[in-house]
Amino acid sequence: MCGIVGIYLKNKKLSKDLGKYLTGMMQGMATRGPDSAGFAIYSENKKSKEFKYSLCLLNHYSFNSFKKIITKKFKKLKFKQHSDHVVLISDVEPKKIISFISLEFKDVSLIGYGKSIEIFKQVGNPNEVIKNFQLDKFSGTHAIGHTRMATESAITTNGSHPYSTGQDECLVHNGSLSNHNNLRRKLLKQGQSFDSENDTEVAAGYVSNSLSKKKSLKETLMNGLKDLDGFYTFIAGTRYGFAIVRDEIACKPAVIAETKDYVAIASEFQAMAHLPGVNTAKIFEPEPGVVYSWGS
Amino acid sequence: MGELIKLDLKKKTLREVNDLLQNLDPKSNLRNYLVSNPTGNHAVCAGLKDEMEVLIKGHVGYYCAGMNQKALITIEGNVGTGVAENMMSGIVHVKGNASQSAGATAHGGTLIVDGNTSSRCGISMKGIDIIVKGSVGHMSAFMAQAGNMVVCGDAGEALGDSIYEAKLFVRGFVKSLGADCEEKKMNKKDLEILKSLLKKANINNFDAKDFKMYGSARKLYNFNIDNVSEY
Repeated sequence: MCGIVGIYLKNKKLSKDLGKYLTGMMQGMATRGPDSAGFAIYSENKKSKEFKYSLCLLNHYSFNSFKKIITKKFKKLKFKQHSDHVVLISDVEPKKIISFISLEFKDVSLIGYGKSIEIFKQVGNPNEVIKNFQLDKFSGTHAIGHTRMATESAITTNGSHPYSTGQDECLVHNGSLSNHNNLRRKLLKQGQSFDSENDTEVAAGYVSNSLSKKKSLKETLMNGLKDLDGFYTFIAGTRYGFAIVRDEIACKPAVIAETKDYVAIASEFQAMAHLPGVNTAKIFEPEPGVVYSWGS
Repeated sequence: MGELIKLDLKKKTLREVNDLLQNLDPKSNLRNYLVSNPTGNHAVCAGLKDEMEVLIKGHVGYYCAGMNQKALITIEGNVGTGVAENMMSGIVHVKGNASQSAGATAHGGTLIVDGNTSSRCGISMKGIDIIVKGSVGHMSAFMAQAGNMVVCGDAGEALGDSIYEAKLFVRGFVKSLGADCEEKKMNKKDLEILKSLLKKANINNFDAKDFKMYGSARKLYNFNIDNVSEY
C-alpha cells in the first residue's frame, strides 16, 4: 500500500496554511500506511547564504550534547528542535558541515539539506507523527508527505520517506521497484551515495544524479520511465519544482485536484476532501507514463 | 417511492448508513435516499439488495455500489477504484469520472459513466452492460466473459485482451487491441443491442452506425485440434 500526498501552492497567500493542509492529507492517508510517516516542507529562504540541515537524533541522543559539540566547531549556528529532529541553520559551506556531522556523531542522521527544504520522518502511526512534529504549524510554498506500509525494507527512520539525496530534493513513492539493486550499483559508480537498502532511495538517487547533469525534473522523470522498472507513483520536489509520474501499468493510484490556488495530489481522494474549494476543483487521475510538473 | 430520506455521512457513520440501506424492511415504502458528504469514503452503498433509489452527492472512494442488486444508485461526483464491482442487477450511474476497474467482474445490471474511466474498465465482466460516455483507459474489458461495453470516446491500449464472449462497441479511436480481440462485423441483432443501450443511457447525439464492434477471435480460449500435442 503506502499513501503519498503533495501540495503545491499557486497562491502565495495560502502559504501560512500549508502545514494545516498537509496535516489533513496525511491523516486521510494514515490507513494506507500505519508503520511510519514523513514529510518535506519547502519554504522560501530570503537569506540566500544559509543552508538548512534536517537531522534526526537516533537512540535518544540528546539535543544538548549535539549542540554543545557542534557549536564548538562552527560559529553562528541556529537550531530549531522538533521532536527527535533538529533543523540546523548555518551559512558554512555544506561539505564542511556534512562531513563533520557524519564523522563526529554516530547517532545523528542527516535526512536532507538545502536552502528551502526541511524534512521530518518518524516510525509510528502518521496521526502520532504529525502531532509530534506539529505539522499544522508549518508554512511554506509546497510540501510532500508519505505514510508507509513497509514491504521492501525494515520499519526504521532510514526506511521512511521522503528520501532526499541531493540539495533541496525529495521523493516519495507508492509501489516497489524491481531493478533497484542494479541501478544502485550503476549510480554508486557515478558517485551517488546511499544510506539504506531501500528501493525508493535508489529512485531518489537516480533523480539527483540526473538533476546534477542539468536535466530538468520533468525530463528526469520521463527518462526514469525507461530506467526504473517496477510499480510506482512518485511525487518529487525541488526548491521550485513539483512533479508526479505513474508507471505505464498504473496499478498504484493517484488523484490530482487543481484549483486556481493550488495543485494537490494524493493516493486517494479522501486525503483531499477537506481542502478548500476541492469540490469545484478540476479533479483527474494522472495518465500512466505521463509526467505532470509544476514550477521550474 | 415515499418521502426522501436524507443520510448525512458527517452525522452518521458509514457503517450506520450502509447497514440501514442493506436491511430495508421489505414492507416499507421508504425507497428514496440521499447520501451527502461521502468525502471519498470507501464502500459507500456497497451490498444493497433491494429496489430503491439512492443519490450520492459528492466524490466517493473505492468499491462504491459494489455487489449491487436491484437498486438505482446515482453518484453526483467521481468514483474511485471498482465502482459497481460484482454488481448483479440494478443501475449505477456515475455523473463524473470513474477510476480503474469500473464494473469489474459484474454479472448483471447497468453501469453508466458520464465521464471517462481509467484502466481496466469491465475487467472480467460476466454479463453487465457498461456504457461510458467518455473514454476508457488501457486493458479495458480484459478477460471479459459476457455482457456489453459501449464506449462513446476512445479506448486505451490492449482493449479486450484475452476476451471471451462479451461485445465491445467503441465509437472513437482504439489505441490497440489486446490478444485475441478483433473487429467484428455488426449484424442486425448487435445493432439492436447497441441502440437499446444508447437509449438506456439517454445518448441521442451519437448514431449507432458510428460505432465499431470488437469481440473474441476465439483462438485463445477454444480448444484447437492442431495444439493437441501441447496437452
